[in-house]
Amino acid sequence: MCLAIPGKVVETYREHDVLMGKVQFGGVSKRVCLEHVPDVRADDYVLVHVGFALSRIDEAEARRVFEFLDHMDQLDELKERAP
Amino acid sequence: MKHLDEYRDRAAARKLAAAIARIVTRPWTIMEVCGGQTHSIVKYGIDRILPRELELVHGPGCPVCVTSLEMIDRAHAIAARPEVIFCSFGDMLRVPGSRGDLLELKSRGSDIRIVYSPLDAVNLAAANPDQKVVFFAIGFETTAPANAMAVWMARQRRLQNFSVLVSHVLVPPMITAILQAPGNRVRGFLGPGHVCTVMGQTEYEPIARRYGVPIVITGFEPVDLLEGVLRTVQQLEAGRAEVENPYARAVRREGNPASRRLIEDVFEVCDRKWRGVGLIPKSGFKLRYEFRAHDAERLFEVDDIDTQESPDCISGQILKGLKKPHDCPAFGRQCTPQTPMGATMVSSEGACAAYYTYGRHLEAAARAQGTNGAGSSLETSPAEPQLVPIGGIR
Repeated sequence: MCLAIPGKVVETYREHDVLMGKVQFGGVSKRVCLEHVPDVRADDYVLVHVGFALSRIDEAEARRVFEFLDHMDQLDELKERAP
Repeated sequence: MKHLDEYRDRAAARKLAAAIARIVTRPWTIMEVCGGQTHSIVKYGIDRILPRELELVHGPGCPVCVTSLEMIDRAHAIAARPEVIFCSFGDMLRVPGSRGDLLELKSRGSDIRIVYSPLDAVNLAAANPDQKVVFFAIGFETTAPANAMAVWMARQRRLQNFSVLVSHVLVPPMITAILQAPGNRVRGFLGPGHVCTVMGQTEYEPIARRYGVPIVITGFEPVDLLEGVLRTVQQLEAGRAEVENPYARAVRREGNPASRRLIEDVFEVCDRKWRGVGLIPKSGFKLRYEFRAHDAERLFEVDDIDTQESPDCISGQILKGLKKPHDCPAFGRQCTPQTPMGATMVSSEGACAAYYTYGRHLEAAARAQGTNGAGSSLETSPAEPQLVPIGGIR
């Protein structure tokens, strides 16, 4: 539950004056708040927890961690669709 | 079951295990704080490739598990109201309260929705102005920035129909409570990686100094966990007690300053009751008074809640590292993930649920009958979980 999941920023945009983005996790893409990783750009990797980016990480680390979480069956939260 | 054998970095993991075995001279009890770490340790049998002197005990780092029964019942009462759309992370729906769980309530027609993010619940409030959208804001510090941002955005957007039922818990006061508990055996901690991504390491430094315990901020993979254990043992054997951060690829010393500021703006520290443990002073967050218009606890009157936990459940002692799941006579018998009796069985990250998921309840039964159980880590016989000739690990 407290695990953050790495994903790749596909695009960024502002929504009600907050920096948001589309972030890709494997085959799933999510709307994510990027307000606290402000210098982030498309193609960067971020560590995301419940739709909120906590920090930037490098690509190699992102790939490693994502693969590990997939093995651990810890990616269930990505299956939840926006209501 | 996954074992270390199937783990991609197993050579590195075995080197670390051998390094630990070379330096340990005395028994030490080390607690991993985070439920994600517990899950990984049990899945890969990390505890079983460590030398017999070392015992890993499992901390209360699963927010779903430690959310108090009173709060679950309050959520239930609010979610049952016809004007409410109740939103929650999926894991909370199956947690049994005194009057059943949220999933049952949903099946009886209440509007209860699983959301990926609290920010999705904010949009739901904007799309349903005639309904009251309530989000069940549970979590440790990792989840606090997202929950704080949801409340902040609802205020910016003047969404009067959005509120949060806050049941946030904090790691440092919990660690302190464990260290102060009578009979405490924990001598070092694997600190919670992603909590520290948000909060940094500075809160842990006074705890390490005051109680003389090493705290090593640790990730979730087998190599991270073994490196965390190695560094903790190095400190213990050398008589040092410091905060170390080998997980620098995800954790900066100061955490995420913008997130910490937002948390500070929206939340204030309060006393919090933990399921299985009881009240821990200053161990939670509640909404600041300025955000009371979004505080579900103020907005929805709920009749007196009278809760009763199972008298047989020992989850409180497990959460404090005093006991293990096997010490409980109900474990794997009356108490399973389908019929949980207490905190550590209600979510997959709880220690009892992790033990059950990876077959350790079968081993307990097998030990009682003098036969071999189902699961084991790579070098160990399940009948001899203590193990381990470190030379045998290659």
